Amino acid sequence: MRFAVLVNAGPYQYQGADTAWHFTRAALDGGHDILRVFFYHDGAYNGNRLLVPPQDERNVGARWSRLAAERGLDLVVCVAAGQRRGVLDAAERRRHGKDADVLAPGFRIAGLGLLAEAAILADRFVTFG
Amino acid sequence: MPERVRKRFLYLLRRPPHGSIFAQEGLETVLIGAAFEQSVSLLFLDDGVFVLKRGQDPGEIGLKDFAKGFRALPDYDVERIYVEERSLAERGLTPADLIMDVETVSPERAGALIDAHDVVLSF
Repeated sequence: MRFAVLVNAGPYQYQGADTAWHFTRAALDGGHDILRVFFYHDGAYNGNRLLVPPQDERNVGARWSRLAAERGLDLVVCVAAGQRRGVLDAAERRRHGKDADVLAPGFRIAGLGLLAEAAILADRFVTFG
Repeated sequence: MPERVRKRFLYLLRRPPHGSIFAQEGLETVLIGAAFEQSVSLLFLDDGVFVLKRGQDPGEIGLKDFAKGFRALPDYDVERIYVEERSLAERGLTPADLIMDVETVSPERAGALIDAHDVVLSF
């Protein structure tokens, strides 16, 4: 089955960001396809590569990057939600004249159209947070 | 993307307009969904009914009056705009208190609507 995943929860404040990751990994382990993981609202913060949790805690952001590298995931941060929250890639940084970009490896920035597309093409659309 | 795929999208607005950004960013998502020529409907329930309340002036607290953007939705081919009637009544509101014409539905019908749509997004 082809799933599209929407993550609205930011890292650490709510469990939703964790549950989305566990769900995604479990679906892949079960032989399903994850068409796309789209990060919206505070979920955009999951794409911040500068998260530095205490060493004895999970790194919610880096965990997505690792899963994407190992399994080939399409991780998309909404451009508008990311801009509001300072989650910029190099192109966005230049476009807005900022001095830093924070998008984590394995993530890309794109418009809400990719959320609609994923929901249309997937067999199941699952929201977290 | 295959052109023939057309799904029924239902957007749930469940939170009040200015205590969080859910309703404002939710509206942005609704507009995109409609642009993809999908069947798009909205259902306001719980505190989400406050989003459509008349007479808001959030400029006083430095916020944008985005809620009036919902009035433009019929121009975007949004099919139906439903408001759950018990949520309205519990908050002392009637359809006359809202900024636009809506279709009121019972809690049971709201549940049936959710069941009848392919994709449900909740804000």
